[in-house]
Amino acid sequence: MHDSILDYRGFRYLWVALILSIGSIVAYVWHDPIGVPNGGSWLGYTLGTIGALLILWLLWFGIRKRRYSGGSGTARGWLSAHVYLGTTLILIAFLHAGFQVGWNIHTLALVLMLLVIFSGFFGVYAYLRYPAMMTRNRADTTRDAMLAEIRELDQQTLQLADKVDKSIHDAILSSIQHTQLGGGVWTQLSARDDSGLALAKLKEAVLKSETGEKSSKSGQTMVMMVDFLANQATDAQSENLRRLIDLVSRKRALAARVARDIQLQALMEIWLYIHVPLSLGLLGALTAHVVAVFFYW
Amino acid sequence: MSDIVEIAIVGSGPGGISAAARAAELKVSHVLLEAAPHLSNTIFRYQKGKHVMAEPEALPLRSPLTFSAGSRESILEAWDQGVASLAVNVRHGAEITAIKKLDDHFELSIGRKDKLLARNVVLGIGLQGNIRKLGVPGDDAPFVQYTLDDPDEYEGETIIVVGAGDAAIENAVALARQNQVVVVNRREEFARAKEGNLRAISKAIEDGVIECYFGAAPERVDKLSVGRKPGRLILNTPKGRAQVLCDRIIGRLGANPPRAFVEACGVVFPNADPSAVPAISAKYESNVPGLYIVGALGGYPLIKQAMNQGYEVVEYILGRSVEPADEPLLRAKFQSMPGFSSVGAALEKVQSAVPLLATITPLQLREFMIDSDIRTPKSGEILFKRNDYTNSFYCIVAGQVEILVDEAAGKRVALGPGEFFGEMSLISGRRRSATVFAGANCVLIETPRRSMTKLINSVDAVKKLVDRTFVERAIRARFGDEATVAQIKEVVSGASLQRFKAGEVLFREGDDGDCLHLVRVGSLTISRSIGGRDIVLSYVPAGNYVGEMAIIGGSKRSATAKAAVATETIRVERDAFRKLLGQNPLLRAKLAQEVKQRTAENITMQAAASGGDIISFLVGQGLGEATDVLLIDESLCVRCDNCEKACAETHGGTSRLDREAGPTFANVHVPTSCRHCEHPHCMKDCPADAIHRAPNGEVYIADNCIGCGNCERNCPYGVIHMSAKPKKKPGLLQWLLLGAGPGPGESPYDPDSHEKKAVKCDMCKDIKGGASCVRACPTGAAIRISPEQLPEYAFARGP
Repeated sequence: MHDSILDYRGFRYLWVALILSIGSIVAYVWHDPIGVPNGGSWLGYTLGTIGALLILWLLWFGIRKRRYSGGSGTARGWLSAHVYLGTTLILIAFLHAGFQVGWNIHTLALVLMLLVIFSGFFGVYAYLRYPAMMTRNRADTTRDAMLAEIRELDQQTLQLADKVDKSIHDAILSSIQHTQLGGGVWTQLSARDDSGLALAKLKEAVLKSETGEKSSKSGQTMVMMVDFLANQATDAQSENLRRLIDLVSRKRALAARVARDIQLQALMEIWLYIHVPLSLGLLGALTAHVVAVFFYW
Repeated sequence: MSDIVEIAIVGSGPGGISAAARAAELKVSHVLLEAAPHLSNTIFRYQKGKHVMAEPEALPLRSPLTFSAGSRESILEAWDQGVASLAVNVRHGAEITAIKKLDDHFELSIGRKDKLLARNVVLGIGLQGNIRKLGVPGDDAPFVQYTLDDPDEYEGETIIVVGAGDAAIENAVALARQNQVVVVNRREEFARAKEGNLRAISKAIEDGVIECYFGAAPERVDKLSVGRKPGRLILNTPKGRAQVLCDRIIGRLGANPPRAFVEACGVVFPNADPSAVPAISAKYESNVPGLYIVGALGGYPLIKQAMNQGYEVVEYILGRSVEPADEPLLRAKFQSMPGFSSVGAALEKVQSAVPLLATITPLQLREFMIDSDIRTPKSGEILFKRNDYTNSFYCIVAGQVEILVDEAAGKRVALGPGEFFGEMSLISGRRRSATVFAGANCVLIETPRRSMTKLINSVDAVKKLVDRTFVERAIRARFGDEATVAQIKEVVSGASLQRFKAGEVLFREGDDGDCLHLVRVGSLTISRSIGGRDIVLSYVPAGNYVGEMAIIGGSKRSATAKAAVATETIRVERDAFRKLLGQNPLLRAKLAQEVKQRTAENITMQAAASGGDIISFLVGQGLGEATDVLLIDESLCVRCDNCEKACAETHGGTSRLDREAGPTFANVHVPTSCRHCEHPHCMKDCPADAIHRAPNGEVYIADNCIGCGNCERNCPYGVIHMSAKPKKKPGLLQWLLLGAGPGPGESPYDPDSHEKKAVKCDMCKDIKGGASCVRACPTGAAIRISPEQLPEYAFARGP
């Protein structure tokens, strides 16, 4: 009962795109121009007009998408058409140009157009693949719920750390402060969070204290403290330490899930920040191309 | 006090002050007794600036005091002025604790000591009850209050909430957002609280957000003149005395219901239903001679009605007859009835013609008729069509109507004078089950759902008659095509109505098949235990039956039937049903065919187990009582929130949809958005009657919402919220090209906004093209379905 953008109304726009493509290819093959195929022949002009109108119509989607009352059709019908006809544009543009490229404003328009379309391909890929991944990653909870649980775990670990030792408290505090979820573009996309740092140190410390090894280099002070504690710690303190590690591990798993959630959403949004500005650039280049063609004619 | 006043009026609400003003105007000895230091306590306690309505519009006002729709402040001011200028004898601080009838007069006890004698008593005490105060010295300090209008109003204060019920918890948790809150609980736990509230307060206390004193009681409230806090509450705790410095104390200790008090005065209520009202005569007199009841207590909650009643009751007490205020209204209504002479005669005719209405009091009949309409349709006119979403009730006064019971065969059943129809949609909330045509010389009374439901719930005899007729018709509709009337009657006489709570089991797999259930209200899920798991096989909405397989096949129950929501069924016993089948081989054959089909369906559904899981999940989210719900496929949803933006943009800047919130199962997400329930919980308690159902089934909130918030509280799905109308913002192109304004979507919070009204999804009923959320979803993730399509939907998504 849900139509996706590709199979909307039984692949209606795929058929439209195919018919348009095949029609253009047939026309191109049949056409016998003066000289080589180029944008100045009557077929070239026809294809060029079709291409330009297509570009304008494709750009219009940005406005149609935001016309919530009124507007013809539905957003998903428009998007389905946008994807298929946008893909067809590659063929039309090349046939229009007769596959002639050079270092000029015309090819700039072509290149911008290709960049726009390929970024669109990534968008389609993202839209088809990431939503289900996001839901799977969330596993029946919501981002807010995970963040709320992380906050609670932070409070609990701090309280627990207090019962063990001040240095452990400091380590936990530093881990909490270093955990960053979301933030700038790169942080969102890389799904990084530094909550694992203190955990690694803790684990190392406990392991060393249990096996009686001498610690290596980083985190000396803390390791010695833990060493000290481990040797003179009561069962209660060791127990607390172990519980602490459990809680911090759980928080780390949650933080990783939230970071992944943010990453997936960022990926689904970032490509538009390339697609749209480039298409506006394309609009400019296209105008320049059309003006130049008629001016030099 | 040995003087006897002629009329003692208890309660200075609209009914009371109107009566007192009339008495003052006529220079009759009277006293208006009011417990609070101001008049009209219930209205006084309305939110500041609240808009008060003057419904019913058409009813003329007859009172020495003025009243018209306006702000709370303007109305109270007008009344204060009126009462003063007429020199009404008001006595404040006079809480009446008892009224005793002695021979020819009454003795009223005021507080603990004072007594007052009166020949007649008018009770205008309304339904709010007396708020329980802290009851300790100093509890009248200016910072002690018993209501909380807007928790966000206070910031950075230390507030003590005394009480352990739902209201106390809700206030405490809401205030804790911006203030430091201390809760004083008399017991060791929050025993009376709803589960959600209990969880919230326990968590808040655990997290240290709210401090709670258990087993503590207030001892004294002190006003402080030095120090940073204006007040101090001294508590008696198990560990000794404690003192808490505070800015404010809010007492939420409940109220004494007026019913106990009224019954103690000798007034009899017709039944134990908490919503029952005492029986009063056409002159507002109760069963205690000389004791009159006006206003909300008598079942008339509207201000204008109460004021008219106050005026009229004084006239009646003085022995004068007065044309009731609603007479011109009723005259206009009855005008269209053929042979109309006077309102009295018309009412009599109605009562003699319609047995259903013969059992109600004249006052109830008048109110019923004010809400209803007389219809005189031409012969052949369609009153309503099958599958319409209307739900009004019809009584036939004269003539007849024809019900098209079998559309294919064109079979019609006629109903004559005295009978009624339209009750099925009223009771089950489902669409009309058949088309009805008017016959010759038809005179009908059409009553809207709300008034009819009120009547059914307050008069037992009416409820019994409607129920019995419903059972008979339901059984006849389902099984009676081939049977005779006598045979059906036998089945009906043994049938009974059964009620089930949500989640309750009607019968279990393997049980003896001893009866059949026809679902009257609500819906059921049918499930089987397969491999240790409960697999839902199907969903049965109202109007259908279950349990026939075991009766016909003569075996044990093949599946478990559980109520999805609060459900009512008609239970038909096995023997009676078997006898019916024995007498009607055609019926038996038809049912056997249906059984075969159902078994085949169930087997198919068993194979696609995950579909059953999805149904289970959706029904668990309350979709069983929905009529149209928004579902989002999370494998297609790119979280672009275009649906929310569309909703906001087509509704003046406030989104009624929260896409993110809500549970997900197997990639099916149920966002927080109105489900347009069969029996809308929001409609239950709307004082302005602003929530209606449109002809296509959409439940919408009309413009006359007064912002009381009852609907928000009653909705179990949290889909209603209070919102003010946002400011206009720059249009789309301006935003796109110039970056002006916040762009499409929810308008930003406006701190200057005040008048908040309830908003919720209205299925875009006024917008061409239908639901904006679905139209705006670019990937096709959002769809709207009705529960009938649930099985199809769930199994389409199976593996």
